[in-house]
Amino acid sequence: MAGSKQKKMNARVDFTPMVDMIMLLVTFFMLCTTLMKPQTMKITMPSNKENINEQNRSQIAESKAITILIGENRELYYFKGKPTEDNLKSTTYGKEGIRAVLMEANAAAQLRVKALKAKFDTQQSSDPKKALAAKQQYMAALDDIRNSDDTPSVIIKPSDKASYKDLIDVLDEMQICSIGKYVIDKFDGSDQAKIDRLNGK
Amino acid sequence: MGRFKVKKQDTFIDMTPMSDVMVLLLTFFMLTATFVKQEPIKVQTPGSVSEIKIPEKNLLTIFVNPQGKVFMTMDDPSRLTALAEEMISEGKLPTLNAAEMKAFANAPTFGAPLNLIKSWLDAPETQRNALLEDPSAGIPCDSVNDELSVWVKAARTTAGEGMGLAIKADQKTSYAVIKQVMNSLRGIEEDRYNLITDLKKVGD
Repeated sequence: MAGSKQKKMNARVDFTPMVDMIMLLVTFFMLCTTLMKPQTMKITMPSNKENINEQNRSQIAESKAITILIGENRELYYFKGKPTEDNLKSTTYGKEGIRAVLMEANAAAQLRVKALKAKFDTQQSSDPKKALAAKQQYMAALDDIRNSDDTPSVIIKPSDKASYKDLIDVLDEMQICSIGKYVIDKFDGSDQAKIDRLNGK
Repeated sequence: MGRFKVKKQDTFIDMTPMSDVMVLLLTFFMLTATFVKQEPIKVQTPGSVSEIKIPEKNLLTIFVNPQGKVFMTMDDPSRLTALAEEMISEGKLPTLNAAEMKAFANAPTFGAPLNLIKSWLDAPETQRNALLEDPSAGIPCDSVNDELSVWVKAARTTAGEGMGLAIKADQKTSYAVIKQVMNSLRGIEEDRYNLITDLKKVGD
């Protein structure tokens, strides 16, 4: 009988809308996870305890000291060694300015860092354990160079008119130039007087 | 000639393998996703070349907005509850009822002078974040009235030595405010902390 003939059903289900939706969700989760990881900078401030302060101070040899003064409106000044009447120089942020000064002062350590980095690059291994060990060794060696005796000590003095970005930019240069010994110090009236004298005020 | 008959092509593409892979990816991303806590304080951090990742657990974050207002947050509601209890037992905060305690634990960020905390918690939840924009908001941390160190000290007592400290300040914040925060932390011998920054390439 023709009336009882069953209709052939198509068993295939259209997945396209489902794939569309899942794509959307994957995109959402991808953006949520990877883009939001903030970086940090580790910083250790000198302690308030008097005895430790004394010790730290004696460690900074004046011949190796570089003092950076951060003024307002992204002005930057530095002097090497002891503060004298006329050794304050004006400079700028970035590659041509303060980085060139610090790189020159830290040339020996920079060469060693470069050699270390080249050595580390050849040691790349696919074994995660070995890679981790190599990385740790590399970081320790890098720390040693940064804190060795021939690197300069930097004293950073931000004025109250400086912005947080200025301070981070200067701290960044310490990282780029492999300087391990730096300290943030108080900016006082004599520093302002030096800047004013340089600017002919 | 009947031999060259064009074979009828089926335009229906089988999506099953694709959806399999997609579901797999979705599961992976869902499981690894760590959701960023809601941050009512809008802070644009400066860029740095430092590639150290921030510790994910047990972190006390101090926010400084461009106007120099200071706010605080901790990553775990249970730690916030413990912090509030510690502050109450020290007599710094007035006793909070259960609803206020719950509001404190669930607040994404808090920051108000100690005597205003209670009224801030009593405000309806929808208004609380708006109140953070108020001129009276922010934890005082100048040399006359240093409440930040009280908070941080209580947090250190409750969260223990493993607690990390992070400062998240806006790039336009004046250094004068940062200095006050740093001095206040120095006063209670918190000498190690992280400065939260964005990633930047070594350029100029």
